[in-house]
Amino acid sequence: MNIIVYLIPVALGLGLLGLLAFLWSVNSDQYEDLDGAAHRILNDEDKPL
Amino acid sequence: MTDLTFSPDQGCPSGLEPASDAPAGDMTAFVRRKNGLDTLTLSVRGAKCGGCLSKIEGAVTDIPGVQQARMNLSNGKLLVSWSDGDLANRIAERVAGLGYGVSAFSEDASAQSAKSEERRLLISMGVAAFALANIMLLSVSVWGGHGEMGETTRTALHAISGLIAFPVLLFSGRHFFQSAWSVLKHGRANMDVPISLALTLAFGVSVWETAIGGAHAYFDACVMLLFFLLIGRFLDARLRRQAHAAAHDLAALQNRSVNRVSASGQMESVRAEDVTKGDLIFLAAGERAVIDLKITSGTSSVDESLVTGESLPRAIQSGETLYAGTVNLDRPIEGEALGDASDSLLSDIAGMLEAGEQKRARYRKIADKAVSLYVPFVHTTAALTLVAWLMLGASPREAIMVAVATLIITCPCALALAAPVAQVVASGRLFRKGTYLRSGDALERFAEIDHIVLDKTGTLTLGTPALVSEHRDELRLAAQLARASRHPLSRAVAAAAGAGPLADDVREVPGLGVEGWIDGARYRLGSAEWVGVESAANMTGPSLWFAPVEGDPIRFAFKDQLHEGADTVIADLKAQGLGIEILSGDTESAVAEVAAALNLSDWRAKVSPQGKVERLTELNAQNKKVLMVGDGLNDAGALAMAHASLAPGGAMDVSQSASDAVYSGGLKAIRSVLNVSKRTRQVMVQNFGLAAAYNFVAVPIAVTGNVTPLIAAIAMSASSLIVTLNALRINASSSA
Repeated sequence: MNIIVYLIPVALGLGLLGLLAFLWSVNSDQYEDLDGAAHRILNDEDKPL
Repeated sequence: MTDLTFSPDQGCPSGLEPASDAPAGDMTAFVRRKNGLDTLTLSVRGAKCGGCLSKIEGAVTDIPGVQQARMNLSNGKLLVSWSDGDLANRIAERVAGLGYGVSAFSEDASAQSAKSEERRLLISMGVAAFALANIMLLSVSVWGGHGEMGETTRTALHAISGLIAFPVLLFSGRHFFQSAWSVLKHGRANMDVPISLALTLAFGVSVWETAIGGAHAYFDACVMLLFFLLIGRFLDARLRRQAHAAAHDLAALQNRSVNRVSASGQMESVRAEDVTKGDLIFLAAGERAVIDLKITSGTSSVDESLVTGESLPRAIQSGETLYAGTVNLDRPIEGEALGDASDSLLSDIAGMLEAGEQKRARYRKIADKAVSLYVPFVHTTAALTLVAWLMLGASPREAIMVAVATLIITCPCALALAAPVAQVVASGRLFRKGTYLRSGDALERFAEIDHIVLDKTGTLTLGTPALVSEHRDELRLAAQLARASRHPLSRAVAAAAGAGPLADDVREVPGLGVEGWIDGARYRLGSAEWVGVESAANMTGPSLWFAPVEGDPIRFAFKDQLHEGADTVIADLKAQGLGIEILSGDTESAVAEVAAALNLSDWRAKVSPQGKVERLTELNAQNKKVLMVGDGLNDAGALAMAHASLAPGGAMDVSQSASDAVYSGGLKAIRSVLNVSKRTRQVMVQNFGLAAAYNFVAVPIAVTGNVTPLIAAIAMSASSLIVTLNALRINASSSA
């Protein structure tokens, strides 16, 4: 059972990583334009030759 | 000259919204300096699809000097930054030139705070989700190891859960605690009081149980409660912010700048709110007046359709009064401001809007009614449970545990999700149909409608006259003159003829007509007087005369045509048992004709904006739940007064912000809004029914002391899931 001494912190650490990623995405305005993002992926950034 | 032919390059390529031809105002006053760059935020109307994104961003970025252009499709804001120079107006004109409506946007403090409130809720929700996932990981081990796990291990796992739950409870729970505290201070209670109580008690009891090495801790239930409640809270905040944006658009209209002529004759661009009574204002051709003016010099014709509902332009000359919202068509005029922007007709209407909004704020939502029944029930049950167990000889610890379990399991997770989820799903469905909802509770009001009041011009009809006469050869010639004019009848002629050349030396006399040379001959197009015909009294409806070189002048007749499918929609709504009437500011003959075509017997013509409000008040007094549909400035007051209101996408900004929803794509939207909202209300009532049924099962289990943390977790998530899935059925239904 001693293994949980390592496993629980590892699990918490991974969860924390996910939480930090979420906080970053909120603070960089990624939830401001949910409709636009869906369309933007289809836009071709390259100009035709 | 303006190109008057239809171009598919104009406006939204998806066809969801008609292209706008309104010119952009002066934006210089709204430029902000940020990090060494000039920035400007524009409100863009009519951008609905991904094509618009690349079109607008591409066109603006192509302007030399522009550093960045970012369009937000969800709220229609375009943020542009550039390094140097006076680019504001070029940018605005470029976007307007693509066929979108443009106005300057300056964010107010309340919009900022609504945005940060929404963001705080989202972050709290994320933190609660993180905590829930990790506590569940530990709880599942405790439940799975039941009977085998040693007491020390179990207590250790409980303690870790508690250590995760505590900061999260303080952080994510603060929304509920703060709100509960602020009302408790004033001796009142709201929904957050029982929520805070349940959260605190569940946490407190769990800490106590952990400390004495007990088997059951409710840390998971505590955080799960928090997570589900925050989802509901967040969805609600998001819907409310959208609604707030609508009100803000009214302010954006007031933000328009005007050209003021100073004492020395210099022209300067100032914000509308800086204008004071007596200032001399210059109104360019095609510009919309934002304050009431008294004309001092110049003659022109003006389009007052949004002010009075009258579909034809009116010739004006100096000495006459022009109301805010009027569009100057032909030539520049100068006028004296009759008052500040706050005294204008537009502001009177804004006052009416406020009165309407206050009336609506008193509306009691289904959710409020459910909560007011629910809260006393939960607390009484928990208190009675505690007393009963004590009387039956249980130890205080045992009795408190059972009472707290009752409180946790009856806590209104499902109730908090029942309404917001249904509203979010329904507003998403309407959005895809081209209807944009302004507030969540509007759906409930739409569902109660039993009487519909319709405006005529621009709502039942297209609002622009269309040519009905057959004169092919003459039309081709007349169009060469008509293409040079902004007059709506000229535009109708040009539209009927399609693209083509322009006559030479075209001259326009406001209120009379146009004159030009084609192949060396002089032609005239305009009023009867202009071509020298005795005005015939027996001719009804708007008409235009065309005088060729030889022969008698020819008359082009026009008609404001009904929206396609208007008759079937009206017949359908009538069949549903709804009362329908027309309330128009237009002439009696015009309204009578439309009423006859739609088979409606109840109509009123020549109604003033005040008259419309009075009619609505009268209907309200008869206890009718009225749906008002209208587009003009003259409808805005009535729209705000109605139980629920709709405005077409081409409506004036004020009317759009006065209504609960804005639709595009014709009158059939009215039918689909009513159907979807009825469906939504049905689902919401079902959801509250499900929440009640859940309690019917859960409460006896809890009161008899059979609830363990495992049962609480399953019951709570199952009820929330069922309610959410039920709300998704709004999307699946094929009707409407």
